[in-house]
Amino acid sequence: MTILVIAEHDNQSLKAATKNAVAAAAKIGGEIHVLVAGAGCAGVATEAAKLAGVAKVKLADAAHYADQSAENVAALVVANAAGYSHIVAPATTAGKNFSPRVAALLDVAQISEIVAVESADTFVRPIYAGNALATVQSTDAVKVITVRTTAFEAVAEGGSAAVENLAAGPDLGNSKLLSRELTKSERPELTAAKIIVSGGRGMGNGENYHKLLEPLADKLGAALGASRAAVDAGFVPNDYQVGQTGKIVAPELYIAVGISGAIQHLAGMKDSKVIVAINKDPEAPIFQVADYALVADLFEVIPQFTAAVA
Amino acid sequence: MKILVPVKRVVDYNVKVRVKADGTGVDIANVKMSMNPFDEIAVEEAVRLKEAGIATEVVVVSAGVAGCQETLRTAMAIGADRGILVETDVDLQPLAVAKLIKAVADKEQPQLVIFGKQAIDDDSNQTGQMFAALQGWPQATFASKVVIADGKASVTREVDGGLETLALNLPAVVTTDLRLNEPRYATLPNIMKAKKKPLDTVKPEDLGVDVAPRLKTLKVAEPAKRQAGVKVADVADLVSKLKNEAKVI
Repeated sequence: MTILVIAEHDNQSLKAATKNAVAAAAKIGGEIHVLVAGAGCAGVATEAAKLAGVAKVKLADAAHYADQSAENVAALVVANAAGYSHIVAPATTAGKNFSPRVAALLDVAQISEIVAVESADTFVRPIYAGNALATVQSTDAVKVITVRTTAFEAVAEGGSAAVENLAAGPDLGNSKLLSRELTKSERPELTAAKIIVSGGRGMGNGENYHKLLEPLADKLGAALGASRAAVDAGFVPNDYQVGQTGKIVAPELYIAVGISGAIQHLAGMKDSKVIVAINKDPEAPIFQVADYALVADLFEVIPQFTAAVA
Repeated sequence: MKILVPVKRVVDYNVKVRVKADGTGVDIANVKMSMNPFDEIAVEEAVRLKEAGIATEVVVVSAGVAGCQETLRTAMAIGADRGILVETDVDLQPLAVAKLIKAVADKEQPQLVIFGKQAIDDDSNQTGQMFAALQGWPQATFASKVVIADGKASVTREVDGGLETLALNLPAVVTTDLRLNEPRYATLPNIMKAKKKPLDTVKPEDLGVDVAPRLKTLKVAEPAKRQAGVKVADVADLVSKLKNEAKVI
């Protein structure tokens, strides 16, 4: 059994999600290879080669992989799929984008967002926004899998795999990147943060969100998140959204401020280790999953909270 | 330009599903069924493109049990012109659905196919991408803005780091995210009108598609419940508990 893990990166550095995907591959068992497709991304391949458990890194370096277009990446993976029993990618927006194409071109099912490995062909995945867990067995020869990153602890460094160059596939050229507006932040990435401060509709507006939650997040070294209501209302950009269809997070500490706790939001954060909820409505559903519940006016207590954190 | 919109009938998003005691699945007997919310956004987007004079016809297609007719009627009440039901009692998985939609698209020859990014029942997030791959078409998933001009679709996507905009050659696939639009409520006159719109029914066999499932569900279980927490009196109490009890700050 040999497993191919598709690395996620920005041509400069390896994204942490790759380490969780390698961890899932290690649970499946077998030899692990990592595919790095990009442009000018040799440094990423070197990083991937250091991950514990990785036996080989395959590097496809060409201009038409720079933007990670789903069409080109999927075609490359399929062209190099021979001999692999499993093709694994993190369930990030990039992984979700190209991976089903790989599965369709191989004429196999994809097993989306696995949270546990039962055996080489049997996996556990959440359905209905995490309200049920399905154990599914694949009957296909090749298993194409995306991995919920929060469910697998990142592998450490300690490997020294060889990096092998791979011939680039053709540029399908039917899609072109026009622009990217990436949110710049000094704070930790939402999906990798140890602490997350998240705001909802109760913040009232974007100004309050920033004025109240940023100082608290800065003191805690936390990432900032939001509920769908807060994103829809325009308080913060889309990439802040935590929930069934946004980001799935599982930090050590999740602080929900002015978030009522819709099922769709809970689906994205209920695996957090410790949950604090601050809401003035004692009936808010968020309190049903909170370890520590503070029924209070957030405008009063958040500045106090910020002051109290050393 | 013709637009094809696949729609799925799912358990209504307001229903909290229950896992069956025997662990074979979730109980969907007697629960409210609705159109997958992301598909509703897809129908709305297609209808808006028609209203803007860019699309000439909006065709909706659904695959599944006879009850999917209702879902197609809902889509036609929003403004789709006609519906196609691929009727089967087989438990359809994304690859099978992608193949069925491909068979329909081969006949209908749409320039744009708009899918919902994921269905809220199986949360797979696959069908649009699989269909695009089978067609050899470009795709833009998780769309928050779609502009059609000069034979291209320029689509803004919600990605992990923020937003990106792609230009796709047509024909192409778009999958919708939440902020693409807010679907309208179907008015009573439009619901009545939708009942008279054409709805064709075909079978997977007619389309020559093998829909046998590839994944076998061995068990469905409820996730572990979180223990009920405690109420804290004030901020001082909270901070002290986080420091001394939970030891997370």
